[in-house]
Amino acid sequence: MEVTAPFISFASVTKRFAERTVIKALHLDIPRGEKLAIIGPSGSGKSTILRVLMTLESIEAGSVRVGDQFLWRGDAHTSRKADDKTTASVRRRIGMVFQQFNLFPHMTALQNISAAPIKVLGKSKDAAYAQAHDLLAKVGLSDKADAYPAFLSGGQQQRVAIARALAMNPEILLLDEVTSALDPELVGEVLNVIRLIASEGGLTILMVTHQMGFAREFADRVCFIDGGEVVEDAAPAQFFDSPSNRRTRDFLRAVFSA
Amino acid sequence: MFDFTFALSILPKLAAASLTTLCVTFASFFLALVLGVPLALLRRSKWPILSRITTLIVDFVRCTPVLVQLFFLYFALPGFGVRLSPIATGLIAFSLHYGCYMSEIYRAGLEAVARGQWDACVALSISRMDAYRSIILPQVIQPIIPAAGNYLVHMFKETPLLASISVIEMMFVSAEIGADTFRYLEPITVCGLLFLLMSLGAAGLIRAAERLYGRRWRRAWR
Repeated sequence: MEVTAPFISFASVTKRFAERTVIKALHLDIPRGEKLAIIGPSGSGKSTILRVLMTLESIEAGSVRVGDQFLWRGDAHTSRKADDKTTASVRRRIGMVFQQFNLFPHMTALQNISAAPIKVLGKSKDAAYAQAHDLLAKVGLSDKADAYPAFLSGGQQQRVAIARALAMNPEILLLDEVTSALDPELVGEVLNVIRLIASEGGLTILMVTHQMGFAREFADRVCFIDGGEVVEDAAPAQFFDSPSNRRTRDFLRAVFSA
Repeated sequence: MFDFTFALSILPKLAAASLTTLCVTFASFFLALVLGVPLALLRRSKWPILSRITTLIVDFVRCTPVLVQLFFLYFALPGFGVRLSPIATGLIAFSLHYGCYMSEIYRAGLEAVARGQWDACVALSISRMDAYRSIILPQVIQPIIPAAGNYLVHMFKETPLLASISVIEMMFVSAEIGADTFRYLEPITVCGLLFLLMSLGAAGLIRAAERLYGRRWRRAWR
């Protein structure tokens, strides 16, 4: 029995799409403030874990808890969704950045960042814009406040998307393959921004990534997911230098020999 | 053959009637644009009963001729104690009929908006209502302008149907002149030319709307 319960907890979580089981009785605990990297082959269910936490997907069995709020409450066979109020409240604590950026194309960078603070938090336009300008400065895009997404590079768009997620002051930040859609030369600028916001502390970060080097340097802990299960779960050095599971070793060998 | 003096002499009468055509078309186009929104949203409702009933209504209206709908409203409804003026009948029938078509355009437009836009709205806690209003619908408008514009032009050319329920529009007046003077060539020709002018004008308007709306945030793909 732990003294303090972990901040985020997945217990016996099972998720199916039609006949396919994408997450199989998953157990995963994340303490507050941790930076967790989730890696694994495509289709292994790693993005689905983030999407479940973001309330974008439902599950068939198990429990998902954030703090003292249960998003899903259940056992190995069933699960019940929280009421709308609790779901909305959990959602408010989490921010997410997507592989395809998902910026609103008809809004400028500034409007993208301030839309939710105005609509959801009821901030005044002035306050929201001021905050958006600060965030743009932080991600190094002060000069792009009035640019529409179509006029920004992929790396710039993703930095705006990160600023947009931060504008809602989340406790938890989910990064879903945020560099996978980028040209190689643009990956660095996005990773630098992630380093910067993580260095300010306070955020719990779950990141699904294919950037092994970054995972090793950045994360406190690395999870390898395969077939919807946690196959390996260790500190970065141990994970990359002496993985205990054969599937992890095969995966890492395949990745690094590519 | 074609008597230009006669054609000129009836032009004012036809031009006056063209005002009715213009007003009915634009008014019912506007109403159809508005009506299409709730129909499209209801069809995408989470509750299957709502979406099924809406689908039924939309398909029923789309699959029966406007003329039949006009006759039903004008000649059959009085039997149930509902009496409408010809203009009101025309407005209702046209906006209902084209509202259903418009809802299909909206629906296609809504489905074309990337799923990721909805994901982003959820991740930012933006409510469904706000998401539709500020995020999804603005993205739908630009790509559907050409399709909606087609219907505007189409509606212009359908207004002669209103003559059959005695709305005094261009076709009605042309036929009247023909019956009075036994000359049909000039009134029908002028009527056709006026329709051509109006349709070209409408098409121009639509192109202007496309340019106006497209320029802001779209650009040619790199």
